[in-house]
Amino acid sequence: MRIIVCVKQVPDAKTVRFDREKGTIIRDGMDAVINPFDLHAIEAALQLREKAGGTVTVISMGPPQADSALREAIAMGADAGVLLSDRAFAGADTLATTYTLWKAIEKLGGCDVVFCGKQAVDGDTAQVGPGLAVRLGIPSITCVNAIELAEGPRFRVTRMCDEGREVVEVETPVLFTVLTTLNTPRLPSLKGKMRAKKTHIPVWGAGDIAADPGRVGFAGSPTKVVSTHVPTFNARREILTGTPDEQVNALIVHLKEAGILS
Amino acid sequence: MARVNYFLTEEQEMIVDLARRIATEKIIPVRAALDETGDFPWVIMKELAQSDLFGVFIPEEYGGIGGGCFETCLAVENLAYGCVGVTTTFAASALGGYPILLFGTDEQKACYLPDIASGRRLAAFGLTESSAGSDAAGIQTTAVEDGDSWVLNGTKQWITSGGEADIYTIIAMTDRHKGPRGATAFIVEKGDPGFSFGKKENKMGIRASSTRELVFQDCRISKNRMLGKRGGGFILAMRTLDLARPGIGAIGVGLAQAALDEAVRYAKERVQFGQPIISFQAVQHMLADMATEIEAARALVYAVARTIDSGARDFSKLSAMAKLFPTDMAMKVTTDSVQILGGYGYMKDYPVEKMMRDAKILQIYEGTNQIQRNVIGQALNKEYSVN
Ligand SMILES: Cc1cc2nc3c(=O)[nH]c(=O)nc-3n(C[C@H](O)[C@H](O)[C@H](O)COP(=O)(O)OP(=O)(O)OC[C@H]3O[C@@H](n4cnc5c(N)ncnc54)[C@H](O)[C@@H]3O)c2cc1C
Repeated sequence: MRIIVCVKQVPDAKTVRFDREKGTIIRDGMDAVINPFDLHAIEAALQLREKAGGTVTVISMGPPQADSALREAIAMGADAGVLLSDRAFAGADTLATTYTLWKAIEKLGGCDVVFCGKQAVDGDTAQVGPGLAVRLGIPSITCVNAIELAEGPRFRVTRMCDEGREVVEVETPVLFTVLTTLNTPRLPSLKGKMRAKKTHIPVWGAGDIAADPGRVGFAGSPTKVVSTHVPTFNARREILTGTPDEQVNALIVHLKEAGILS
Repeated sequence: MARVNYFLTEEQEMIVDLARRIATEKIIPVRAALDETGDFPWVIMKELAQSDLFGVFIPEEYGGIGGGCFETCLAVENLAYGCVGVTTTFAASALGGYPILLFGTDEQKACYLPDIASGRRLAAFGLTESSAGSDAAGIQTTAVEDGDSWVLNGTKQWITSGGEADIYTIIAMTDRHKGPRGATAFIVEKGDPGFSFGKKENKMGIRASSTRELVFQDCRISKNRMLGKRGGGFILAMRTLDLARPGIGAIGVGLAQAALDEAVRYAKERVQFGQPIISFQAVQHMLADMATEIEAARALVYAVARTIDSGARDFSKLSAMAKLFPTDMAMKVTTDSVQILGGYGYMKDYPVEKMMRDAKILQIYEGTNQIQRNVIGQALNKEYSVN
């Protein structure tokens, strides 16, 4: 089975700081990590390979530093990685991103299964997975919480929706976007780390994937970010003490004062 | 701030990073529960198996990483930062594996080392008996030749991972009249006829490690399970322990580092008399001694491990030193860490009381620290008699 995982490198929420004046992230001293949802996508791909055989190829569109995200995926057990990096890709919205990923998957010769995280924790759109499926002309199953593999190969997949759970059956080719409850991502292994260090990770630009320059990056993005701002929190904080009963009584008084309880 | 540069290779850095990451992400969150229940940490053993760390000292041709004593020390130091109980289970597999690596035939190596390297099977080392601890020459377990097999009888006591491990290196008397030259090593597998497990101990510390009796009642194993030469059992045991002891020192270093980290963090936060207790010189001086002794112990362990890996011979004295100093240090540092946390340190809500309980075993197993001093002292006596 040819399995592809799309991963994004994002700022590490633990080290991220904001410039309040400019409304932007301070990149200095910030760590970059694999988008947490994508770690579960990688794990799902590795588990599928363990059952069905085949290869796991990880692709990422990003700056040259995103190379380290691909090496981390290889250290976890992925077979290969491809970095899509080109100045022309910068400023891409989800439309341009799905176009770029699609062209790269075409160049790779297609695939049977694509795994994406449900969303990236920086952009939070949850659009890239489904958008990529449309471009590939394959079904997308989003918010996946469990995957069972049957003959065919068919998949029996559980989706978590607002209203409850949905169980669907689907055949390859298919694209899944996964939730963090799907599995526990493995840590890298020593041999994986050693292999990741030696592996050659090709870097493809717009020309390499025969992309139309007008459809990638800023040029191909109808979404324009007009402004950003950092929210401020000025909530008062008070810790209630005493026995549980006393705490409950104090809380009720506060809620009444605030007009939430009458 | 500068840290001591031990000039690790990229591969050694990877071992450090990975072991520390497993300690932080997988071991620390569950260590208090494991300490409470004494459950065997199979989930973490699987994690360690997947990480390739079990193979750190095993040659690549047997599926390992091809490291030596030093790489093993780096792995256990950083695992012990999380929990000495879990690390003891990990290290016991190496202790059971070393004799096969050092003395096994090609067939024995091919049969057992790949499974030990991958963590598919755990190994254990059985020397101690109820009346033979420091005085290992007093063991009563016997092995008698019978046709194509050896038949073992006797009971081993306090064997780490007993009952959980699959592969056991056992020292038994084959020719009692020859005294210490009458002991021989054997490989016994879980499931061999006549091999069973006795009492599981309830311990002060390292409660996540299982310590149990091994019972041999006419345990029949085939001839090819003899390990090394007939009569070479004690030499095999001593060579094994010489190689393993710096690892126990390294466990002490990792444990003490964890205790120091807890103590400094706490001392910065705890306010008494209107100021953080770290501002009191008495507290600062304790922390300063702890930090200094940890670094000295680490430097000693690393230097001895590297000396061993460089092909040194006759290194019993050095390896005894690399166990003695760091484990006495770990006992002191963990005790002081509890002291700095005061009453909170004595409570199970904080991790340092467990660290103090765990530290104690390091001064006892793999040869008590009195025995290490004997080894060092005897070596000095010998060294200074040569003119
Ligand atoms: C948790 C745990 C796990 C263990 N795991 C294993 C294992 O996996 N495999 C294995 O084979 N064994 C194992 N052991 C056994 C361990 O190695 C022995 O406990 C140790 O060697 C000491 O033996 P002993 O307890 O019988 O003490 P003893 O030998 O009875 O010693 C008692 C005291 O006398 C001192 N003493 C004894 N002889 C001398 C001397 N000549 N000079 C000065 N002082 C001396 C000792 O230092 C000690 O303080 C384990 C023990 C424990 C507690």
